[in-house]
Amino acid sequence: MIDPLSVFLLLLSASTPILFAALGELIAERAGILNLGVEGMMITGALAGFAAAYATGNPFIGFLVAALAGAAISLLYTVLTQVFLANQVASGLALTLFGLGLAAMFGKPFEGVKAPPMPDGPFGINWIVWLGLLMVPVIWWFLNRTRRGLILRAVGENHEAAHALGYDVRLTRTAAIAFGGAMAGIGGAFISIATVLQWTEGMTAGAGWIALAIVVFSSWTAFGVLAGAWLFGGVTVLQLRLQAAEVDVPVQLLSMAPYLATIIVLVLISARQTYSRKAGGAAPGSLGNNFHALR
Amino acid sequence: MNSTAVFRAEGIGKSYPGVRANDDVSFQVDAGQIHALLGENGAGKSTLVKMIYGLVRPDQGRMSLMGAPHQPADPRAARAAGVAMVFQHFSLFDALTVAENIALGMENPPPRRELSARITKVSHDFGLPLNPARRIVTLSAGERQRVEIIRCLLQNPRLLIMDEPTSVLTPQEAELLFATLRKLAAQGTAILYISHKLDEIRTHCDCATILRHGRVVDSCDPRAHSARELAAMMVGGEMRDIDRSGRQAGEVLLKVQDLSLPAPNAEGTALKSVSLELRAGQILGIGGVAGNGQEELLAALTGETRSASGTITLEGADLSPLPPEQRRKAGLLTAPEDRLGHAAVPDFSLTENTLLTAGARKGLVRNGLIDHRAARSFAESVIAAFDVRTPGPHVTARALSGGNLQKFVIGREVLQDPRVLVVNQPTWGVDASAAAFVRQSLLDLARQGAGVIVISQDLDELLELSDQFCALNEGRLSEPCPTEGLTLDQIGLMLGGAHGMQEAAL
Repeated sequence: MIDPLSVFLLLLSASTPILFAALGELIAERAGILNLGVEGMMITGALAGFAAAYATGNPFIGFLVAALAGAAISLLYTVLTQVFLANQVASGLALTLFGLGLAAMFGKPFEGVKAPPMPDGPFGINWIVWLGLLMVPVIWWFLNRTRRGLILRAVGENHEAAHALGYDVRLTRTAAIAFGGAMAGIGGAFISIATVLQWTEGMTAGAGWIALAIVVFSSWTAFGVLAGAWLFGGVTVLQLRLQAAEVDVPVQLLSMAPYLATIIVLVLISARQTYSRKAGGAAPGSLGNNFHALR
Repeated sequence: MNSTAVFRAEGIGKSYPGVRANDDVSFQVDAGQIHALLGENGAGKSTLVKMIYGLVRPDQGRMSLMGAPHQPADPRAARAAGVAMVFQHFSLFDALTVAENIALGMENPPPRRELSARITKVSHDFGLPLNPARRIVTLSAGERQRVEIIRCLLQNPRLLIMDEPTSVLTPQEAELLFATLRKLAAQGTAILYISHKLDEIRTHCDCATILRHGRVVDSCDPRAHSARELAAMMVGGEMRDIDRSGRQAGEVLLKVQDLSLPAPNAEGTALKSVSLELRAGQILGIGGVAGNGQEELLAALTGETRSASGTITLEGADLSPLPPEQRRKAGLLTAPEDRLGHAAVPDFSLTENTLLTAGARKGLVRNGLIDHRAARSFAESVIAAFDVRTPGPHVTARALSGGNLQKFVIGREVLQDPRVLVVNQPTWGVDASAAAFVRQSLLDLARQGAGVIVISQDLDELLELSDQFCALNEGRLSEPCPTEGLTLDQIGLMLGGAHGMQEAAL
């Protein structure tokens, strides 16, 4: 009834948007930034990418523009939190609301038009899916094996100490936020350009929030993010298949399943961690705190 | 001027809005010298060394290092010029490994494997063994400081700055640190040493520069002066003697029996069968290196953590099942270590902060309503009686300096006329005159017949105040012994010695 291989291929596709968004947020959070604006940056990328792909007829230009648009709108958050030292939670929520509204307004002309076709990559799998999978080891390597990655972790772990050692906390965080924005933008554009193939208002449907949960779920590691994205993607695909197979379970329950599964695993993992820093798998020490240097 | 000067400052000045942090500061540090920088909190020591390390830029004056002008734009430039610094509050990253932490403090760290090998080698050469793969969070305070020191040593500094390095060490660990510093000095490194432990400076430093209100008020050979004379130079007046007289041990007030509690979290310490007895008029000192159960013991006494019944009794009544408010009513009051956040709410006014612990005992709350007039007048009486320097009780706790807030926090409890008062680190980060005031008020309270428990890492403070001394080590409390005649060495051994440190072998 359900073919495992085809389910896996669908899983890859279903998990790609949150994989991108969560990898971007992972970098931001490792730098000490809790950006709740992921949803807003995703929807911005979804619209900008779709518009660019539609206008040029080239989906890859669409993804490039989506990355730039995501990074651009994240600048707003950077100005609020890094220049004016506004509260990160409030600024992130504002970014989400702003992005959703902005995309709804500028998206009107693009309703009802179709995205240009996208060529498949190796094994019939979308190029962007491949890119997402490639980003996992790249980000792991960046964080754990490069000097820049070490500085980024240091800034997120203890910004006072990083500053005392002469590292530029604000610059590091600005770069991390912009990278998070670009990744969220690509994730959003994957939904509009590669999955749904058209623009609809609010089409990211909470994927940004799931991405945020997955970063916690991952214990702030790149491969953990991949596992989380696959869990969510897998349950999504499975419940769609079960719906199609007309299993005798209310549709509402099945639709809930991916979110429910994510929450349950999140709670279990958090309970196990209970702020255990000895294992090294816990939140960065300065996460969510703004830094102000006295000169 | 001496030609062996490694570092020289001439007419350094720095202002912040409303504060002149440094004013016309000049001094020099010679090669092979351990040079002490003395001063009370707020005297401008930290600002001064931050300028040398490139964290803050001076407004006026000149600095030179090895004869060349020294104007570091940031700490990296300072490190490249040969300045290394060990910070007062460790500048370490808990979740990162020893090797990663050290790499962050170096300009061009070698590849990981090579760096690990060098850390192992240098740390063994200096007798400060370290495992480069350990995470900082798993290390003791003494081990953490080794990381800071090794980080500096790997850069072969010309000038090593140490900002209050011994405040978290046991006496043995401190001795070892000085042995290492003397060996470094013998190799020609200049060492700038900041501390307010006068005895330490008198034994180990060759020269001292004394700062007061941002200015150099004196420089001297600390070995030629008594601690008392040095203190007088720091505060600019005579220090009053502490009056310990007129106390008599009465009946047993507080009894803790076989108190065991699991660790509250992964970083916490479990309490293991803690027992103690406190008599009226008595001051019991509890010493120990931070993280050996001080926080947990205080939480068990305040009622923040509840313990098995019968473990904590006050004048025969079992307090173990009671929450903090009920314990306060019974007469057990506490002043925790963390002033901003635990002892006081930073953004509440002083009046509101008095309500938080004195509400029930002083009748400041009637039928669930706050009696504002009574609360304000109680806050005013604390401010008056404890010489808290503030415009009035409407000021927020955050706006007070450390010393003033500590006087307020202690005064708030003392004026409630407790049967037993438990204080944790009563003079941590408080300047000398405020510290003396707080200590005297604890002695006065005991004279009036209350029992006082002082938990502190400052051994001099414990020796000065307490009649009985216990050591807290890994959640176990030692048998009490009379403070009279106890030496720092004996105390050090009670605290668990040097935690496996060995003397530097160069």
